[in-house]
Amino acid sequence: MTNIVQFENVGLRYGTGTETLSDLSFSLAKGGFYFLTGPSGAGKTSLLKLLYLSQRPSRGLIRMFGDDMVTMPRDHLPKFRRRIGVVFQDFRLVPHLSAFDNVALPLRVAGAEDKDVIQPVNEMLAWVGLGDRASARPATLSGGEQQRVAIARAVITRPDILVADEPTGNVDPDMAARLLRLFDALNQLGTTVVVATHDLHLLSRVSTAQMMRLEDGRIADPTGMLRYPPKRETVNP
Amino acid sequence: MTWRDQTRQLMAPLLSPFQAPPAEARLLPEGRMAGPMPWVIAIMMFLTVIAAATGLSLGGAARGLDSELAGRVTVQVIEADSARKNRHVRAISAELLRLAAVESLRVVPPKEVTALLEPWFGDAGIGEDLPTPALIDVTLKRASPADLESVRTAVRTVSSVARVDEHAQWLAPLVRLLDALKWLSAMLVGLMTLATAAIVVLAARAALNTHRSTIEVMHLLGSTDLQIARLFQRRIALDALFGGGLGLAVALITLLFLGYRLSAIGSDLLGSFGPGWIGWLIIVALPALGAVIATLAARVTVLKALRLML
Repeated sequence: MTNIVQFENVGLRYGTGTETLSDLSFSLAKGGFYFLTGPSGAGKTSLLKLLYLSQRPSRGLIRMFGDDMVTMPRDHLPKFRRRIGVVFQDFRLVPHLSAFDNVALPLRVAGAEDKDVIQPVNEMLAWVGLGDRASARPATLSGGEQQRVAIARAVITRPDILVADEPTGNVDPDMAARLLRLFDALNQLGTTVVVATHDLHLLSRVSTAQMMRLEDGRIADPTGMLRYPPKRETVNP
Repeated sequence: MTWRDQTRQLMAPLLSPFQAPPAEARLLPEGRMAGPMPWVIAIMMFLTVIAAATGLSLGGAARGLDSELAGRVTVQVIEADSARKNRHVRAISAELLRLAAVESLRVVPPKEVTALLEPWFGDAGIGEDLPTPALIDVTLKRASPADLESVRTAVRTVSSVARVDEHAQWLAPLVRLLDALKWLSAMLVGLMTLATAAIVVLAARAALNTHRSTIEVMHLLGSTDLQIARLFQRRIALDALFGGGLGLAVALITLLFLGYRLSAIGSDLLGSFGPGWIGWLIIVALPALGAVIATLAARVTVLKALRLML
């Protein structure tokens, strides 16, 4: 199994402060499912920012899709970002767009025509249980509904990598299970999924998932499995 | 549909190269970004058109005066004795007509000379006993210094009481003033163009701040800088065209009114005052030019701001 993401001695420092992330070395296998856990302030969101190309590291090497993302010219980054779906912790829905238009945004950014957008977006909204709220603005949606719109937007393009920051934080257990099934289904289709969560119950719901634990900006990898993944398709936690 | 929407719809085809597709265009909320910018641009365009029309008209007037007067001289024969005066006039005329540089000449009839003096002496002020100079209007083929010098030499050769007056020399200060005012107008047009561009830059920056969260989301979803810049360009270009068109319309009404007032004066000197048809074309093209400048200013500002993001 090939690696879709590879971190080597990556460090991230904001301004002149201490390093938020230090000496991160791990690989994510193509088609893998990873839970990222750790206490608040451990650096989970910062690591996700590196994964969805919102930040460059202060040091180290990051290879994604076989290319070096640290030295990649910024003009080339959009085409890589289009291969990454992101569920932000604060959803980041566009407030003046309807749920439909928010979900359609990645398709439109990629240049899809309106006629090619309608069916997949409606199907995706139906899947997350918001088929009847397509024309609603984010302000009129509950926290859970907004989160589902954010998830639908992240997966609508069937990205190569899905990065989700606490994607089930605002939904009830049933919906959380349903969303995880969506992630799992995407994963079965080949998408590499990285989910940052505090909810340890989620970990048992995806049998093929591997856990990454961040503490004080460092990956806890006592067995070395993240750094040197075994030559098999999935790794049990 | 409001009248503003209708104007935008009419102008939209002109902006197609700058337009985002409809779905992309919805990404920025309609109407929130415009603010006072179209109205400020309308005021700036009004002032720019007035300054440009003034400059172009002054340039035309200066050129008109130059071409009309440059090749003309008047020979003034100052002799109290009427018989001797006439002999000088005949001799000078004959000498001048021999010159290749002279196209034509005309001895001004005494009645016309008297009429010229009437404003100072009144109807009954000029009698037979008041000596008046004889005038010969000379038109040269070219207004070169050499030709003027040949006229002076010829007049000196045959008469010691004659004086050569160049028309251009008398009006040179006026022509220079018109020229200076023309360049002042050009400078004003330039400054107002810069000010308009600065307003657009400020408006684009304000719009970027207002829509920062939307831009960040689009950026992280894979939008290119050009995709995002196109959204702002389109909006600002439409605002600039709307403001520019309004400013032009009001300025044209003002210019027509001024033209009417000017024609009522009936002055020969102001007869050539006007921008000319090329000038009118330039004036009418100013809003489009303003929109292009505004679009480019917005594009550069947005792209520069986006480059600060990864």
